[in-house]
Amino acid sequence: MRLNNILFILIALLTLNSCRKDEMIFLSDSSQVSIPVPTERFSGFYLLNEGNMGMNRASIDMFEYQTGLYTRDVFSERNPHITKELGDVGNDIKIYGTKVYATINVSNFVEVFDVQTGKHIKQIHVPNCRYLAFKDGKAYVSSYSGKVEINPNAERGFVAEIDTLSLEVTRRVTVGYQPEEMVIKGNKLYVANSGGYRVPNYDTTVSVIDIPSFTETKKIDVAINLHRMQIDKAGDIYVSSRGDYYNTEPNLYVIDSNTDKVKQKLDIPVSNMTMDDDKIYYYATSFKHNTGGNTVSYGILNTLTKQIITNNIIKDGTDKQIQIPYGIAVNPETKEIFMTDAQDYVGTGFVYCYSPEGILKWKTTGGNIPAHIAFIKK
Amino acid sequence: MTKTKLLALTTLLCITSSTIHAQTHKDSITSLKEIVIQKEVFKDLIPVQTLDGAKLQRLNSYSVADALRYFAGVKIKDYGGMGGLKTVDVRNMGTHHVGVFYNGVQVGNAQNGIVDLGKFSLDNIETVKLYNGQRSAIFQSAKEFASASTVYLQTKKPIFEEGKDINVSAKYKAGSIQLVNPSVRTDIKVSDNVSTSISAEYMYSNGDYKFRQKRHNIDGSVAYDTIGHRQNSDIEAYRIENTWFGKTDKDTWQANLYYYQSDRGLPGAVIKKSDITLETENINERQSDKNFMAQGEWTRFVSDKYQFQLKGKYAYDQMHYLSRKTVAFEGEEVTYNPQFDNTYYQQEYYISAAHLYKITDIWDVSLATDLQYNKLNATRKGQGTLFSYPERYTFLTSLATSVNLGKVKAQANILGTFTKEKVRYNYEAPDRQFWAPSVFLSYKPWDNENFIIHSFYKYIYRLPTFNDLYYTQLGTANLKPEASRQVNLGFTYNKQFSNSLIDEVHLSVESYYANITDKIIATPTSSMMRWMMTNLGKVENYGIETNLGTTVNLLDDLKLGVNLTYEHTIAKDKSETLYGKPSYYGDQIPYAPWHSGSSIVSLDYKDWSLNYSFIYVGERYNGNKNNIKRNEIQPWYTHDVSLLKNFKWQQYKFRVSVEANNIANQYYEVVSNFPMPGRNFRFTLSFDI
Repeated sequence: MRLNNILFILIALLTLNSCRKDEMIFLSDSSQVSIPVPTERFSGFYLLNEGNMGMNRASIDMFEYQTGLYTRDVFSERNPHITKELGDVGNDIKIYGTKVYATINVSNFVEVFDVQTGKHIKQIHVPNCRYLAFKDGKAYVSSYSGKVEINPNAERGFVAEIDTLSLEVTRRVTVGYQPEEMVIKGNKLYVANSGGYRVPNYDTTVSVIDIPSFTETKKIDVAINLHRMQIDKAGDIYVSSRGDYYNTEPNLYVIDSNTDKVKQKLDIPVSNMTMDDDKIYYYATSFKHNTGGNTVSYGILNTLTKQIITNNIIKDGTDKQIQIPYGIAVNPETKEIFMTDAQDYVGTGFVYCYSPEGILKWKTTGGNIPAHIAFIKK
Repeated sequence: MTKTKLLALTTLLCITSSTIHAQTHKDSITSLKEIVIQKEVFKDLIPVQTLDGAKLQRLNSYSVADALRYFAGVKIKDYGGMGGLKTVDVRNMGTHHVGVFYNGVQVGNAQNGIVDLGKFSLDNIETVKLYNGQRSAIFQSAKEFASASTVYLQTKKPIFEEGKDINVSAKYKAGSIQLVNPSVRTDIKVSDNVSTSISAEYMYSNGDYKFRQKRHNIDGSVAYDTIGHRQNSDIEAYRIENTWFGKTDKDTWQANLYYYQSDRGLPGAVIKKSDITLETENINERQSDKNFMAQGEWTRFVSDKYQFQLKGKYAYDQMHYLSRKTVAFEGEEVTYNPQFDNTYYQQEYYISAAHLYKITDIWDVSLATDLQYNKLNATRKGQGTLFSYPERYTFLTSLATSVNLGKVKAQANILGTFTKEKVRYNYEAPDRQFWAPSVFLSYKPWDNENFIIHSFYKYIYRLPTFNDLYYTQLGTANLKPEASRQVNLGFTYNKQFSNSLIDEVHLSVESYYANITDKIIATPTSSMMRWMMTNLGKVENYGIETNLGTTVNLLDDLKLGVNLTYEHTIAKDKSETLYGKPSYYGDQIPYAPWHSGSSIVSLDYKDWSLNYSFIYVGERYNGNKNNIKRNEIQPWYTHDVSLLKNFKWQQYKFRVSVEANNIANQYYEVVSNFPMPGRNFRFTLSFDI
């Protein structure tokens, strides 16, 4: 009787003990999103999912035209030995030569991996790195980091130069507050300073850097909270201002790279944009703190005439499905338009592929905050 | 052995509460002991989960948060280590819906609504109680009606042996993770009716513990296996407290002075960092707190028909948050995060008056009115935005009634809440007023069996916190309060045996449906630097909680106690966003396991006591909603063992205990990327004079 009681208790305890398995590496998974398509110049793309901050959830997906397969989370699987996988908050991805570069913002490094195999090559330490630009065998990385000042958030950011052969940081130049995207014209590098840490005292300038001497030669005053940058064939630089989410609207400005002066204000709200030939594809989400309202708009701008070609990229009504447009890219060969949906930044996002006419070709789930696309040259 | 019996009796009393009528007052302080046990029991219509006295002592728990893990329905969010934030969530309704009461008065935090239960050490605590809904006694302050669940912490009351006027006890605790934790307590009998106690405690831990990151390839080989050390998790804390107790024929009162000060590192998420960051970073993210409170409670038994109770409190909280992370880059020290050097000053004034009137022997009514004032000031270096400097006046009033028909008992109340907000800058939240009812019922079908069926319905709001309303400076001030509805049906059964192997057996089963609407959700905007607050959240919860326990006399001196809890919950996220239904609509909310449970097994033999406790939290998904493989978190379970021995040397009483926690050395995480300590040990020596 007594023994039975103890036995009963022991059994009760043991049944509670449901087992814990060994943790496995993160495996990729694929979806057939299109039929295999032959292409000449680009074989597909890598997509960087930013991952919500603190979750260590940046990941890389891949699409290949040859198979029509969209494969999620290729980096973790191809580099199983790397502790904690890709890292926390991806911010930009670009391909230069045979290497892919991805800035992993909160993890403080630029990840370099092989474009063909997806295998890790090197981790380059750049604290709080943001965006990438390339020119003549050098990579340029903008960073919010700055030399410690007495006052908090008074640190100016920098642009670092990385040699793409040695994969070492070679030079660094201090620019404005919290620098974002960059464009390069000849020997000049332009970087948009946001001042995002200094609300409401945003930065308003674009820094011009002379590449040979790697010094800041000029500051062009544009508007508050600058972010995106593109440059057209004629040398006109497009820079977006995010506004202050309150009174100042987002806007798009044009800088003439010959005179380094603002030559036009286009009165188009732009959250993100991509350039292809003579067209800028953009979208705008504007959130207003005082109304709590959020409006989304899409458009294509002709860079020759500076006129809007259309106010809706997506013609089949599927833009209604996109909750928060986040990434935008156009395949230079097929002219397909890719959009990503970050959902509420917390759930799993989606990747949309549209025909040049704006009709949905396919849609699939990405990772957490699918955001940046880099097309793979054959 | 009397202690154990007392304990069993207490447990029993709690369960059979509604059948026992306690004497309401006795006249001398020496009889305080019995009253303490019975007082709370008297009118509880809904069973309460309690841990007290010796039971608390031998659980391997340092803080109140550790102890609450053993209650069914409770989930602790533990960010790891001694200094890590520990918050409690009951029935997946969210931390903000749990009211924490310290000696009868709510611990407030108007700034963020979160009470860090890791700050409350168990050293000076006698009882920890959890009520679903509210304490089902109508004679209480309006605030006690104002939460979806309530946790009560009662500090130790002095008990004097015959002929003694002073008790002194001291305790020294040391353990893994460089823990040092001495405490001392003195009780003084001021007069036959008044006693006081002074309790002081110091705690230090360097917070450096190991954790392991390990993953396997599909073929079973090791992909990576890294041992890491938890960084920036140190804590140093002081607490000093003076409590006064008084009791006469007509009056019962207590008054507290409480001061707590701490300085701690804030351990961040363990994410991947560049190698140079790991080598050279200076995390420099710290929080220091100074909390002072003075509070009192006075109950007067005016006549058999009428009693009243007054409460009051003043609290001053200062919190300094510093974040300035730096790292080496190309031979220079650079910052790498947005920096903060903010100090927040909170003040709270609170008064309450409650009245109980017995209309007949079976019918009582009560009226309680509370008034509270909160103010938040701040200094923030290097930040250009205007701080709101919010102030809030809250007026609460509750009308309640209870009826006792013998087999059937019922209680109902309606709570009115009225707020007025004031800000110096930015948008001001509108004044709010709302009414919220609750109804409690119990039914005991058989006179000779302790079988009771009970049920309740409760509708309650939680106010948006100052952070919810004003943190983003603009435009979110129009947030509505978050609403919760709870329906509960359950039973308790308890049987006592005499002259039998088994002393007693008890079982309780609770089932509930709870939903949260207008849930306040913070979502990053397109810039990620700015957050917006919406009322779009909605959660639907279903659950069942069971509690089974027994006490067995194995041999004459050998007693076995077993208590098991098991809980099953389904908590669906029905939130919508500004843009429509998100991809995770209908999925289980983050960090809500479907299955969880705990067990406590204790063996008492003469002066020895052995305790084994086990906690199990099943598979769940982390913050990144969408229930996909990548977001899955494995179950975790810990086995803790403690051995306690009482000694007597001359007139001194000693107690030695050795604890081993997480003996299977499981490297687990309660919150993703916040690793918990592996196997660790504690040693405690205490003595009483």
